Amino acid sequence: MLTITCPNCGPRPVEEFRFGGELPQPPANITGEFERDLDRVWMFTNVDGVQVERWFHEAGCHRWHTARRDTSLDRFVD
Amino acid sequence: MNEFVETLLELTWHEPKSSYDVVIIGGGGHGLATAYYLATRHGITNVAVIEADYIGSGNSGRNTTIIRANYGIPESIRFYNHSVELYRTLEDETGCWIMHANKGLIWMAHTETGMRAERSRVQLNNACGVETLLVDPMEIKRLCPQIDLSGGGRYPVLGASYHVPGSTARHDRVVWAYAQGAMQRGVHVLQGTRVTGLLRDGDRVVGVRTDRGDISAGVVMSAVGGDVSTIAAHAGLRLPVRTHPLQAFVTNGYAQGLGPIVSSTDLLCYVSQTARGQMLIGHEFERESSYSRQSSFQFLQSCSLKMALLLPFVRNLKILRQWTGRCDISADFSPIMGFTGVDGLVITTGWGTWGFKGTPAGGEQMAELIATNRTPDLIAPFALSRFAADHAMADQGSTGTR
Repeated sequence: MLTITCPNCGPRPVEEFRFGGELPQPPANITGEFERDLDRVWMFTNVDGVQVERWFHEAGCHRWHTARRDTSLDRFVD
Repeated sequence: MNEFVETLLELTWHEPKSSYDVVIIGGGGHGLATAYYLATRHGITNVAVIEADYIGSGNSGRNTTIIRANYGIPESIRFYNHSVELYRTLEDETGCWIMHANKGLIWMAHTETGMRAERSRVQLNNACGVETLLVDPMEIKRLCPQIDLSGGGRYPVLGASYHVPGSTARHDRVVWAYAQGAMQRGVHVLQGTRVTGLLRDGDRVVGVRTDRGDISAGVVMSAVGGDVSTIAAHAGLRLPVRTHPLQAFVTNGYAQGLGPIVSSTDLLCYVSQTARGQMLIGHEFERESSYSRQSSFQFLQSCSLKMALLLPFVRNLKILRQWTGRCDISADFSPIMGFTGVDGLVITTGWGTWGFKGTPAGGEQMAELIATNRTPDLIAPFALSRFAADHAMADQGSTGTR
């Protein structure tokens, strides 16, 4: 993973970006309001596979974008 | 073949039985230590430790072998201090030489903010009965003459906290000492056996599904490093854990010898000398969560630059090899030990960058938890339920965790 494609700036070196972590997505089977908040704040799917995550183009357009990355191979997927 | 390996040849490797009192997933330090203490302290020997690869092939064989207790919150200091004490007597207890060496740990600061953190660390450590001293640059030079106090002209050393009990031990030998002690008392260690799921009876976990057949168990413990979220997902459990790679490397031998372990919290790197004389150098964990064990040139470049500023002699050394492990970084950087809220499943995870130093205490306390079915006081603050109760144990007291 040496480059990241920014939707505004195109392919740029990974050093320009800051990792924003996986997009919090509490599963549908968690229904209670407190339990959903708890999950959103603290819990992670932490999947060994394709993860939906946030990236911040710190040294570029200063915008956040959402990307999909295969965490077992460390490669972005469409 | 060395003397140590020959003693291991007397071990008996078993085929899996269909049922055990306790099944431990993960044959690393924590899993094997738990099995060892179950057998020695509680007489529970109908235990299986299931390891996907060979024992110690995960983070137990990839860490930088440092043992210390200079943490930043009282609960952690007490827990790791207990671990330091268990390490000190481990050779006598198991009869295995783990190459334990007390070296002292210099934890340097290059900024006023860093010094403030070290001052409060020293106060807190002493209040909890752990010997950590505040030392000035001249004292650092006396403890370790190789350090460039100007930090290559870029990172002047303002002072340090000196953690007297700081030690190293050979990580593989710790794993094998526990494995040997457990197996000689009847524990089954199943290498090359992959857990593919958990057996459920309603909400209760009653065993594990493996590629060598189903195994039922009274209690299942996950001592998995790296893949813990996958194991927990089999029980419908979500964890406050992310998996991040952590890299390290060793150089060729340095004949003169480096006395203490040297660490810089501001530069996020640390070094110790192995028994073979190699410099073992580590770094903070990678920012991006990942399951990949790909090592990077970028890491070698940035880490060796920082180390060359602090210890100029490393410029003349060659890098022999580098490797990567997967760290389970918990949301508050402290380990998660104990009951999970799922009946029949207990867990020890979130060890992040300090699983090796916590191995004996973690194993001993988890064994007590399984044997007595109640949480020992020492690890009560580290329960998974702390997140729902809003009692996060925020402690970024590690060079690798900032």
